[in-house]
Amino acid sequence: MAERIAITGVGQTYHKSKRKDVNAPELVTEAVEAALKDAQLTMKDIDFVVSGSFEMADGQYLPDMWILPEFGGVGKPGLKLQNAGTTGGVAAGAAFNYAASGMFNNVLCVTWQKMDEGQGAFGRGGGGLSEYWQSQIPMSPITNFARRTFAYLHNSGCTEEHFAITRVKQDQCALKNPYAQLKLNTTVEKVMESMALVWPIRYLHMCPSTAGAAAFIVSPENQAKKVTRKPVWVEDWFCAHVGGAFTMAEDPTLSTLRHGCEVVYKRNGITNVLKDIQAFEVYEPCSPAELRWMEEVGVCEDWTAWKLMEQGKVGIDKEIPFNPSGGVTATNPIGATPVIRIIEAALQIRDDAGEHQVPQTVNRALATAYGGQGENVIFLLRKSL
Amino acid sequence: MTEQSLQEEPLVVRGKLEIPYKQFVGSVASKFLIEIRDNKKIFGMRCPECNRVYVPSRSICPKCMCRMDEWVEVSDRGTVLTYTVVNYKEPTHPVEPPFVYGIIQLDGADTGIVHFIAGVDPEELKVGLRVQAVFKAERQGSMLDIKHFKPL
Repeated sequence: MAERIAITGVGQTYHKSKRKDVNAPELVTEAVEAALKDAQLTMKDIDFVVSGSFEMADGQYLPDMWILPEFGGVGKPGLKLQNAGTTGGVAAGAAFNYAASGMFNNVLCVTWQKMDEGQGAFGRGGGGLSEYWQSQIPMSPITNFARRTFAYLHNSGCTEEHFAITRVKQDQCALKNPYAQLKLNTTVEKVMESMALVWPIRYLHMCPSTAGAAAFIVSPENQAKKVTRKPVWVEDWFCAHVGGAFTMAEDPTLSTLRHGCEVVYKRNGITNVLKDIQAFEVYEPCSPAELRWMEEVGVCEDWTAWKLMEQGKVGIDKEIPFNPSGGVTATNPIGATPVIRIIEAALQIRDDAGEHQVPQTVNRALATAYGGQGENVIFLLRKSL
Repeated sequence: MTEQSLQEEPLVVRGKLEIPYKQFVGSVASKFLIEIRDNKKIFGMRCPECNRVYVPSRSICPKCMCRMDEWVEVSDRGTVLTYTVVNYKEPTHPVEPPFVYGIIQLDGADTGIVHFIAGVDPEELKVGLRVQAVFKAERQGSMLDIKHFKPL
């Protein structure tokens, strides 16, 4: 029988495009220190370490071997995970499972990406594609999203302007988040004038490359209650990994997010998404993705998200509190990005998000990780179980 | 599968991954390398809690998990803690075989550094051998600005 588990501490770096002042181990340690401080624990209390980064994006190999010793993460049981965009998602999931095993008191999950050191082109290349059917054609995250976004334009009846409105909404949220990287104070006009990388995806629609790290500590129920007065309970998590989803001749705008959400909603009795969940932190690597993913997550009907965005109904203090942190278009240290979603969702539940705190009481929050060409990890967090 | 299709030539897709990267050394480790490059001096960092002196310098004591900021100059002389002799050639080796490398604890430091040991007959090598750093004439801010350690 699995233990009930709760997040007892969270920590992240102030995300930047470059961090020349620190090396990778020092950057990662900043997040670990912050999470330990938040939980008022020390490394002596940690008895399992899950670590993760998208190694190829940093041009690193086995980085855990020289990064973990920096903060005393060695000599403890643990494992390292690498799964491109969903690295932090599977690392968090593994940390949750190890905590739920009841064999460990305080499980540290630490993830990072120092993209100022790697070759961004590697990440923009055709990762996760079949060598003989797909990767010889220039497909990449940007072309993948351009294809999806074109299909969304065609099917939903929205215009390019709605993608720009979405970007401005994301930016306005990021401006209130002290940890966010891009704070552009941009306008619909500026977004629409930015270069079309692969139409309809424009430069200002895409997430940046980021140097950053994120960590949390998760414990079984008895230990969690000893550690913190504000435990954030982990209700469920589900990994919806389907390789090469785009060749299945289904709706070309869909990822596996809808399927994953349907599974966790059914398992946890969620019937009215907007009523049952009060904050959403969804991994949207570009602005247009947020529209379709609002629909996939189920906060609105198919092909209507752009209308809600146009009507100003999406935002921190709006009807639909979708990505109050500013999301991934503002900050994307790939390996750590899913853990940032979980941290932000946890802060919303704790009422600790500061300026980007959702005004209504957040009893349940949803966080997701996205990676590859359509894979998703879905997390449900609760104020009480 | 028919007999005929089994006889078809199986095709292979060949590829090559290139993963360029750079790594920021960070402010603390940069000072360590700059002191070697500009002044032929070796500095460590002392932990305020356990008093251990770390060479090469680092910003966080991994035992105490505390930030360090006290720079301590250590000697360019030290003691061989362990060593080995390399007799084969490898593209990643910066020098031709045979060569010796080991872990050397500098006087004043509590940790060892990995480096080459030269100017000594492998037969005469032993744990506890006293050695001194030999700096290169042209230095660029790298651990290889120390050419090797030689017996005292």
